[in-house]
Amino acid sequence: MNPLHFGKSIFFRWPWLTAIMMGLTTGLCAAAVAGENPFHVLLIMIKAAVGSPYDVGMTLVYTTPLIFSGLSVAVAYRAGLFNIGAEGQLVVGGMAATAVALRLSALLPDFAADTSFSGKAAGMIVCGLAAGLTGGFIGLMIGYLRARRGSHEVVTSIMMNFLAMAFTSWLVLEKFHSTDTQNPETSPVGNAFKAINFRGFDGAPVTIWFVIGILTAGLIAFLFDRTMFGFRLRACGENPVAATFAGIDTGRQMIIAMALAGVLAGFSGLGDILGGAGRFRIGFSSDYGFTGIAVALLAGGRPLAIIASALLFGALHKGALDLDFETDHVTRDLAMVIQGCVVLFASARWFNRIKSP
Amino acid sequence: MWQMINRMLLAWALIFMSAKFALAGELNPERRKIRVGVVFDKGGRDDRSFNAAAARGLDEAKRQLGIDAKYVEAMDDNAYEPAIRTFARKKFDLIIAVGFGQAEPMSRVAVDFPEGRFALVDAPSSQPNVRSLLFSDHEGAFLAGAAAIMKSATGKVGFIGGMDVPLIRRFDLGYRAGVRHMQKGGTTVSNFVGVTADSWNNPPKAKELALAQYNSGVDVIYVAAGASNAGVFDAAGAKSKFAIGTDSNQNAMRPGLILTSILKRIDVAVFQTVSDVQTNKFTGGKIEFGIANGGIDYAFDRYNEGVFTPVLRSKLDELKRQIAAGVIKVPDYYVEADRATFKK
Repeated sequence: MNPLHFGKSIFFRWPWLTAIMMGLTTGLCAAAVAGENPFHVLLIMIKAAVGSPYDVGMTLVYTTPLIFSGLSVAVAYRAGLFNIGAEGQLVVGGMAATAVALRLSALLPDFAADTSFSGKAAGMIVCGLAAGLTGGFIGLMIGYLRARRGSHEVVTSIMMNFLAMAFTSWLVLEKFHSTDTQNPETSPVGNAFKAINFRGFDGAPVTIWFVIGILTAGLIAFLFDRTMFGFRLRACGENPVAATFAGIDTGRQMIIAMALAGVLAGFSGLGDILGGAGRFRIGFSSDYGFTGIAVALLAGGRPLAIIASALLFGALHKGALDLDFETDHVTRDLAMVIQGCVVLFASARWFNRIKSP
Repeated sequence: MWQMINRMLLAWALIFMSAKFALAGELNPERRKIRVGVVFDKGGRDDRSFNAAAARGLDEAKRQLGIDAKYVEAMDDNAYEPAIRTFARKKFDLIIAVGFGQAEPMSRVAVDFPEGRFALVDAPSSQPNVRSLLFSDHEGAFLAGAAAIMKSATGKVGFIGGMDVPLIRRFDLGYRAGVRHMQKGGTTVSNFVGVTADSWNNPPKAKELALAQYNSGVDVIYVAAGASNAGVFDAAGAKSKFAIGTDSNQNAMRPGLILTSILKRIDVAVFQTVSDVQTNKFTGGKIEFGIANGGIDYAFDRYNEGVFTPVLRSKLDELKRQIAAGVIKVPDYYVEADRATFKK
C-alpha cells in the first residue's frame, strides 16, 4: 500500500486520532528539544497513567470531573452556545453540596453518621440535588440573558465565573471555615455525605460519581439522538433561522440547554469534594471547567465520545504529574503543551475542508 | 498536507527507534544513595524567600552529602496529597513538605506509609514518622519591628503579610510588639495580600498595598509574603523608601533599600534532617528553631551595610540576647492569652 494513501485513509476515518497523534508528536518533539529522550518521556507518562491500580485509579479520579464538564460544554455547543462558565458552575455546585451537607450534619447528626449504603445513597442524592440545582440556576440565568435579553453567553458566563469564585470564597472563609486548620477550606462533611469509594485502587479515591458520569453520558446521548427534545436542541444549534421557521422556540431551547449545561457542570466537583477531600477547598478545581471545553471539542460534542476524550485528558493529567518526579528537563507543563496541540489539531477546520479525491 | 502526516509517521518511527537507548539507560543499576523528595507550596521553588530557603538547604545537602533530590511545585491546593503520595510510593527515603498547607495531606500519607520518613515545615503533626520543623517567627518579626521603627523618620511603619492566616498574624503581632518595645507611640499599619494560597505569588497586589502604605506616610515596610515580596521591593524602589525582607536573605534584591532580611534558617533545618536520615538518626516529633538556637537571625552583608548602621545592629544584637535569655517575652499569636492582651 502506498504510504501516502495509508496516512490519508487514517486521517479521514478517524480525524481525532490524527489530532491526538499530532498533538503527542509535537509535545514529544518539544520534550526532545528540551533535552529528554522522547520515548522515555512517553514511557513515563504511560506508566504513570496506567502502570498500577493506584495510577489507574488516579486517572479515573481526574477523568470524573472532565466527563461532567465536557458534557456540559457539549450540551451548550450542540444548541449553538458556548459554555465557558462551567468552571464557575462547578464551583458553586460543589459549594452548595458542601453547605447543605454541613448544615444537615449539624442539624441531623444521626443521619450524617449513617454510613450504611442507604444512608450514603440518601446523602449522595441530597448533595447531587443541591449541586445540580445551583449549577442549573446559574446556567438558567446565562441562558435567559442570552435568549431574552441578547447578552452574549460568553461574556455573561465569564463574569459569572468571577462572581462564583468570589461568592464561594466568602462563604468558605466567613460561614463554613474549618476551625482546625489554617487552610481556606470548610470543615469536613458528615460521613453519610462522603461519596461511595471503590476499593481496589490502592487508595485512589475513585467514587461513585465516575459511574454516574458514564451513565449521564449515555443519558445525554439518548436525549440527543432519540428524543424530540434532542432534535429541537440540535436543530436550534445547527440553524436557528431554519429552526424558528420550523416552529421551534429557539430562545426556549437556549435557556433549557444552558440550564442543563449548568446542572451537568454542577456535578463536576462532587467527586473531588465528597470523595477525596471530604470538604470544599478554595481553588480545588484544577481548571476542570476549562479543560472540559477541550474535552468536548476533541469529542466533537458527541456524549459517548466525551467519555473517551475525558479519559485521554485524565490520563494526560496523571501521566504528566510523574514527569516532575522522573525527568530533569521537562515538567508536567508538557501535558499542557500536548493538550493544547491536540485541541488545536482537533479544531483546525481547514483540515476538514480538504475533500478526498 | 499528506506529506505532513507521513512526516509525522516518520517522526514516530524515529521515536520508537530511540527506544533502545532509553531502555539501555534504565538497565544500569543506580548507585544506592538516599533519595529526598520535596513538595513546595504555591510560592514555588524560586520565590527567593520561604521556599527558596528550603531549596538552599536541599542544594547544600546535594553538594555535601551526595543525595539525590527531586522536587515538585504544587499547582493547586488539591495537588499536595498526590505529590506526597507519589514520592512515598516511589519509596523516597525522606519526603519534605514545605508550608503549613501541607500538614493534613502529609499526615494522611504518613498514616498509610508508616515505614516512610517525612518532614513538615511550619506546622505540627502528631504522626510519629513526621518531623515537624517549627520556627519562632514572632521573635524574628519582633527584631524587624524594632529595626523598622528605629530607622523610621515618620514614626509610622508598615507590615504586609501574604495569606491572612494565624501563621502570618503571628508575624504581625511580633512585629507590632517590636515597634512598641522600641517606641511607645509608634504606629503600625498592617495589610494582607489575600485569603487564598495564591497570595504567596501575587507581586502586583503586594506592590499596590505597599504603594498605598508608603503614600500614607509609612517609610519602612516589613513583608512576609513569599514570592509576593518582590512587589513590595518594587514599590520601595519606586518610592525610595525602606523594606525588610523575610525568610531568605533578600538584601541583594534592592541594594540600599532593603534594610535587612529576617532569616528563617529552613535551609539549616532541612540540611540537618537530610543528614539525620542519612546517618539513621531520624526521629519524628517537633523541633523548634528560634533566636536562641540560631534558627532565626537577621541578615547583614555588603548590600545593606550602607543603611543598616552599627547602632541599629548593636541594638538588635542586644534584643537578640534578651530574647534568647528570656528577658523579653515576645507575644505569640498561637497563644490565646498573648492574642487577647495585645490589642490594637
